[in-house]
Order: sequence, then C-alpha cells, then structure tokens
Amino acid sequence: MTTVVEKPPRQEVPPEPAKPSWRHRLSRWDVKFSPYLYIAPFFVVFGLTGLFPLLYTAYVSLFDWEIGDDDPKFIGLENFATLLGDPQFWNAVVNTVSIFLLSSVPQVIIAVLLAALLSLRLRFPAGWRVGILLPYSASLVALGIIFANLFGPRFGLVNALLETLGLDRVEWQANRFASHLAVATMVNWRWTGYNALIVLAAMQALPRDVYEAAVVDGAGAVRRFFSITLPMLRPTLIFVVVTSTIGGLQIFTEPKLFDAMPGSNNGGSQHQFQTLTLYLYQSAFEGFDLGYASAIAWLLFLLIVLIALANFLITRRLAATTGLKR
Amino acid sequence: MRHLHKGVSFAIGLAVLGASLTACGDDGSSGSSGTGQIELSIGTFTEFGYENLLTEYEQLHPNIKITHHKTGEGGPYHQNLITKLAAGNGLEDVVAVEEGHFSDIIDKSSKFNDLTEIGPKDVTPDRWLDWKYEAGKDKDGRLIGYGTDIGPLALCYRKDLLQAAGLPSDPEGVKSLFATWDSYFAAGDQYVAHTGGKPWFDASSQLYNSMVNQLDTGYLDRDDKLTIESNPGIKAAWDRITGAIQRGQSAKLIAFSNEWKTGFQQGSFATTVCPSWMLGVVEENAGPGNAGKWAVTDAFPNGGGNWGGSYLTVPKQSRHPKEAAELAAWLTAPEQQLKAFQARGNFPSQVQALTSPQLLQQTEPYFGDAPVGRLYADQAKKVTHAQYKGPGDGQIQENVTSPALQAVEQGTPPDQAWQQVVDGAKKIVK
Repeated sequence: MTTVVEKPPRQEVPPEPAKPSWRHRLSRWDVKFSPYLYIAPFFVVFGLTGLFPLLYTAYVSLFDWEIGDDDPKFIGLENFATLLGDPQFWNAVVNTVSIFLLSSVPQVIIAVLLAALLSLRLRFPAGWRVGILLPYSASLVALGIIFANLFGPRFGLVNALLETLGLDRVEWQANRFASHLAVATMVNWRWTGYNALIVLAAMQALPRDVYEAAVVDGAGAVRRFFSITLPMLRPTLIFVVVTSTIGGLQIFTEPKLFDAMPGSNNGGSQHQFQTLTLYLYQSAFEGFDLGYASAIAWLLFLLIVLIALANFLITRRLAATTGLKR
Repeated sequence: MRHLHKGVSFAIGLAVLGASLTACGDDGSSGSSGTGQIELSIGTFTEFGYENLLTEYEQLHPNIKITHHKTGEGGPYHQNLITKLAAGNGLEDVVAVEEGHFSDIIDKSSKFNDLTEIGPKDVTPDRWLDWKYEAGKDKDGRLIGYGTDIGPLALCYRKDLLQAAGLPSDPEGVKSLFATWDSYFAAGDQYVAHTGGKPWFDASSQLYNSMVNQLDTGYLDRDDKLTIESNPGIKAAWDRITGAIQRGQSAKLIAFSNEWKTGFQQGSFATTVCPSWMLGVVEENAGPGNAGKWAVTDAFPNGGGNWGGSYLTVPKQSRHPKEAAELAAWLTAPEQQLKAFQARGNFPSQVQALTSPQLLQQTEPYFGDAPVGRLYADQAKKVTHAQYKGPGDGQIQENVTSPALQAVEQGTPPDQAWQQVVDGAKKIVK
C-alpha cells in the first residue's frame, strides 16, 4: 500500500480563495484522520477490555470493597500489605511457579524436539502435524474432567496402572508435588503440540545454505542442531517461552477441575494446588472481597511481567552463547 | 485503496469504529411492552419443576408474559446472582435462592423487597412449616423469601451389606442403630469389625455438616460473631467424626465427586445421609444393577434435620415488584408445590401439601417400595427450629471444614486439622 497522497489538481481548477469545496474538505479530512480511524478499532477494543480493567483493578485494590458495597472504604495499600503477609498467598505463588516450571520447561524442550522430528522427511507429513495439534483442539474442560478421573486417588486409571506394575499408589490429591505433576501433565498434553507447530514453522523457514555449508565443513546432525538450528530459532523460542510464561502463570481450569470437590476453588484439602488465579477467583466470588482480589490480580500481573522479562533475557543469552553471532 | 472514493473510505472507518463500540452494550431486561402487557422474568437453577406451572399462570393472567431463565448448576447461578445484585441490574423479577446461599442474600437484604409488604395479603405464615418460614426472614424480621421446597433428612443404607455384617437390616430394626450419633458410630465400629475393615459411611463432611446443623447455634451467632472456639457442640461434632475416620469408618470419598459415584456402584460403603432429593441421586449413581439393595428409613441420629430447599425472592431492582410477588406467592402455594413435587420430586415446605394424600401415598420402587412420601413428611415434622446462618456460614462449610476433614482422611492429625479450621474460619469472618 502506498502512502503517497494525490494532491488535488490545482492547475485545472480556477483558484477559489474564499471557500474550499465540500469535496475538497472531505478529501483533506480523509488524509488527516482516516489512518487514525483504521487503527482505532484495536485501540478502542484494547482500551475497553485491556487498559481500562487494568487501571480500574488498580483503583479497586486500594479499597476495602465487598461485592454490593454501596460506599467502599479507601484503605490505601493495606490490601497489598495484608496480602504480602498472607501465607495462603505465598503458598499459591509457590504452587503457581512450581506448576509453571513443571509444565513450561519440558513443554518447550519437547516441542523443539518434536519439531526437529517433524521437519525430517516423513511419510504423510500433514497427518503427523495435525496429529500433534489434536490435543489442542479438544475442549479444555473435557480434558480437565478426563484427566481428573485418570488421576483419581481411589478408582483412577493411573493408580490402577501403577499397582499392576507393582508400584505404590500415589496420593494425587494429597501429595503436593504429585498434584503439581498431575496438573502440569494436563497443561503439557494440551500445549506441547501447539508450540511444536510454531517451532516447526520457524525451522522450515531457516535458510538451507547455512546447513549445506555446515555439511561441507563436516558438521554432524547433532552439531548442526545445536550450532545452527537453535541459535537461529532464537526469536521464535523467545516468543514461545514468553507466551507459555503468560499462560502458565495463569493456570486456572486445570487445577479447578482437578479438585475432587466439585466446583471447589480450594485447590486441595490444604491448598496443595491452589494457583494464584484460583485464589483470586475464590477471594472475589466466594469471599466477595473485590479489593483483595484486585490486589492479587496486580501482584500476579507484576509477577508475570517479571518472569517473562527474566525468561526473555535468559532465552536470549542461552541461544546467543551457543552459536552464531548475528 | 486508491480507487476507493475518499468519502467512502472515511465512512468505512467510522462504521468499523462504531461497530466496535456498540458491540459491548446489550441489556435484555424485562419491561412492559407497548400492548399494556406485563413481562415478568423468573430465574431458577437445576430443576424446580415450574415449566408447566408458568404456562398455567400465563393462561390464568392473560396480561402477563413470563420469561424463564434456567441455569444448570447452582454454584455459578448464585455467583451470578450476587454479581448482578451488586451491579444493580440484570436480575430477574423473581429470583430463586438456595438455602445454603441464603445467608449471603440475607447479608444484603436491603436489596430485596419485604414480601409481607408487597405480597398478597392472603399469604400467611401458616402456609409453611414454622422453621421454613422463619428462615426466610432477615435479622430485622423482614420476609425476604417465600419457601418453595425442603430437604428433610433421613438415612439411606445398604440392606444387603448390613445383613452380611450381622446387623439388623429391616427398616424398623435399623431405627435403633440410627437413633443417636453415639449408636450410629457404635454400629459403624461393629460393621468395620465384622467386615474386616470395610468403611461404614461415604463422606465425612456429609455427616459432620448434619451434626453441626442440629446445634442451636452454628458457626455464627445472631450478632454474626464467630462461635467456632466458644461453641462446644462444633468441637464435639469434630471430635466425633474425626474419631470415626481414624477407626476406619470413612470411605474417604468427596460427596458428589466422580469417585463418590463410582463408590456407589461398587458398594464401597454401607450408609449415606439422605435428604429427600438424594433418593434420585442414589438411584442414578448406584445404577440399575444395585436396585433393591438400598433402603431408607424414617430415622436420623439425634432427631431430624434439613438439608436443601429454596426460596423465591423479589429483588428491589424488579420493575414490577407487586406482580412478581404475586407470581412467587402463587408458585409457592401448596397446590402448585405439589405439582412441582410430582414433576421433579422437590419436597414441598407447605403444611397443607404435607398432608395431601397424593404426597403421602408416594412410594419409591428403587428403594424396595419404601413409603417415601409419608416417611419424609414425618422427618420434616421432626425438625424443630432453623439454625441461624450468618454471612460466611456456607463458605466455612465448603472452604474450611470440608477440606480440613479431607486432610484428616489424607493423614493429617485431627488436632492440626482443627487448627486449620479455626484459622480458616477466622480469615473468612473478620
């Protein structure tokens, strides 16, 4: 699309200094304002659904605001102070980060390996690619219910399998680490294929000549993978890591459905797998404490920004040190 | 783009902007239409059995048109209700509220109409069982809700399993086992001993909640102060149930979970708490393969109790409060609640309905033709009072005591779990 704008053909029209014509004015407005109008929908929608809630949440977090309160009391930063001294909050932070690590780290590694496999010459390439995306297309709630059944402590399939193998049953609900593992499994099941496809797309776009040169220089497949593929995938890996950070820290449906108590937001009998979003939801819609829930939302937001930033830096360093300089 | 007329492209820009702005605002609340007809809406959850009744009401009142909003699950329904109550609009003219959530509504009772003021004058307290009517009032004595149904408590048990364990199993014989909590848990010990360690009951929180409900004062007193540390009954119930868990009486299942349902099919326990609406749940969970094995008797430890049932309220945001109250009054009249009972089995809370032959003759084939109509009518009369439920009561039950009992079943020492209860309750009631 060109941005050059046609000037009105002045020479042909006799100069009319008094008033520009209606057509002329319309055309001037078009040049001046249309570009803003074209990009406006994004900003309007973002303002309504992104920016406004963000700022309003910050405002609400400064109040002792119960749902339905007619005049909430301004309490400054007290919600944040209470929150920082709330063991349940820190418990939720640890759970969230633990589930995030258990899901995102293996997820990205497996996704890259899967992509490497898929980029080999295979029969029915489309079939394999669709195959790894299938879990992503299933409904999240259905997956949650099925996995919660599989990991059922009494009659679950996983425990039955462990028993036939001669192993001990695992208390998937009671044991904190086991519950994190189970929830992370759900997340991985759903998202690994999706990330693998993104990485695969990037892999296919890498220039072939670099590989050819490496082959000529006698580099093996493993060396090529670590010295060429990974460094050149850096922008894609950063994208995958940052999006999975954002998603991973907001895990909600999986732990909610994993709880044996239907509809519960407790995250287990002693909050073994209560994530930050679950605690937020519980505070807002069971405790009716909107101010407190808003404070949780903001701290969660800051945590995500922090971890996404750290991941961005780490990914950049990691990918940079192993290979080519750009 | 260059060939597009400039005015046209400007207009498209405006149109896109306009569309994105207007896409966000839509409000489908009820009001009067041009023809002088009054449009009423009613919100219910799960099954109230009102479908035919509402059509009947429209036929009786040609000037009224009713929209029925049904929600499948109670949990999200009540969250939605509180949010819309807070927002000040969006609620139906008649809103059903479940007993367990009623304390949260009472806490905001100023947002509801007093039905004694706006309702028909011929609706008098003697329409309902005493305790049901009393529980529909707020602290200032304003009537917030007309009672619909109730859930009188009885006990369901596996006839065959009790027999195999050498315990009495006919409806009359088991009554002595279920007379008091002491006799109930003593029978549990016998059962566990005779079966080589099989559990006696399904879910500890079901029993514990029933025990706490029977106390004169619950988790909160009338001043909405937390009683958990000063109320000996609560700790006694806790000690009783955790003792039974430690003696192997609990199947350690979570009520209404998938594993609980599997437990019914596999016969993993011998008894379960059975409010009237639970009969259908038992039948569905245990399946046709277990037909005739389950039985129910008109006994409940330490007298009676109630679990469940709802109210119809008219929020202040309704534009036709008087007509809404008339509809609610009509729906909660004995004749109508009897029809709802026949449609969906919701046990009526109206005195007259409880003596009607239609109800008293009701039997239940799945439970060996037990005379459930008469049985639950008797159990309903054994309830002497409604315990006052302060704001946060339901939350303590669901988010504090039930998880703590689960923790005990998972191996946490009862004393430590009790501390979890006290701390958790204090956090909810500040």
